[in-house]
Amino acid sequence: MSYEIKLDIFEGPLDLLLYLIRKNEIDIYNIPIALITAQYLAYLEMMRSLNLDLAGEYLVLASTLIHIKSKLLLPPDESEGEEEEGEDPRAELVQQLLEYQIFKEAALRLENRPLLERDVFTRGAPGEAPSAAEEEGEAMMEVGVFELVAAFRRIVAGFDRPEELEIDAEKMSLADRINEIMEMLSEKQQMTFVELIGDRTDRRRIIYTFLAILELMKLRMIRAYQSGPFGAIRLFLAVEG
Amino acid sequence: MEEKVAIIEALIFASETPLTAERVVEILPGTDKKEIVLLFGELVREYEQRGSGVCLREIAGGFQFRTRADLAPWIRKLKTGRPAMLSQAALETLAVVAYRQPLVKAEIDRIRGVDVSGALKGLLEKKLVRIVGRKDVPGKPIIYGTTRKFLEVFNLRDLSELPTLRELKDLQE
Repeated sequence: MSYEIKLDIFEGPLDLLLYLIRKNEIDIYNIPIALITAQYLAYLEMMRSLNLDLAGEYLVLASTLIHIKSKLLLPPDESEGEEEEGEDPRAELVQQLLEYQIFKEAALRLENRPLLERDVFTRGAPGEAPSAAEEEGEAMMEVGVFELVAAFRRIVAGFDRPEELEIDAEKMSLADRINEIMEMLSEKQQMTFVELIGDRTDRRRIIYTFLAILELMKLRMIRAYQSGPFGAIRLFLAVEG
Repeated sequence: MEEKVAIIEALIFASETPLTAERVVEILPGTDKKEIVLLFGELVREYEQRGSGVCLREIAGGFQFRTRADLAPWIRKLKTGRPAMLSQAALETLAVVAYRQPLVKAEIDRIRGVDVSGALKGLLEKKLVRIVGRKDVPGKPIIYGTTRKFLEVFNLRDLSELPTLRELKDLQE
């Protein structure tokens, strides 16, 4: 005797649960927990016997279901006070299912839109629009902290004339500088390190600019590229936006 | 006037990315945004009325020529290779990001009931989702949002062109 097993692919425990609810034609607001729990566990058993990788999330939901089932069996807890009519232990799960269902529908709507390169096409478009770095024409390589430090040294060496290091009463914070840099970059798409510092060469500004760039790189909000050793370092927003 | 429409048409044709009204104003001296938007509208109608195989669509805040969706079977014959499709997991993750942005990964995990690390990584690589910043709570979790490319790929003018969550909810009841 041979079985033919048709296994629906589920996107996760919530998906499986929704499937069971639909299959049994159950009202989502009034889930017969005992029935659904039994079917859910049977599915897990089947998946296990097929050596399918059973993600931990499936087990978490299984324990949630069993927990709800046990709560429904027990008499209402007296200590919880009588003013509350004892909330339905299923309520939270139902809420989660409803929310997930909406996003499943949203995903379906997205997929049914006229998609670029599937349903609609632009003029002789390649698969992907080239990124700003690729448009530069020459190959750019991503630079790390060390190249930046080297560039920083070169700039400071170039500027470091004592008469320009006047005391600047202007208050500057790192956060302000970060915001300024992000603003400038979203406007111009790309800037060199030198451009970002500008022609005002007080030490504090240079240092804050440098720190802001390091911070932004750490956060992966900007990327630094260089066209070759000692080439100008160009900074780009990490992604278009 | 007619000359301006022709110039704009040519600009859109030659532009690699959706062309914004701001960009046209930069190029065409003596015009303003309002005028350009009107001319864009005129062009859109012209292409529609002509029953053209190419239509002018507003995409991600700019305008771009795109082939008519119902002609896709012919164009696919021209193109080699199959279009890269997103998996169901990726689509669901993308939907959650699109509607709930800006948001952290834990929120996506909660809504989908699974760990979305893999799906999210794929979406970041495809540049459909981007890192917007970090949330100012312990651990500084990363905040995600959709990109301009997301609008381009899904043929959207802006996010408001998507059906609202309420509309989707009502549909189910």
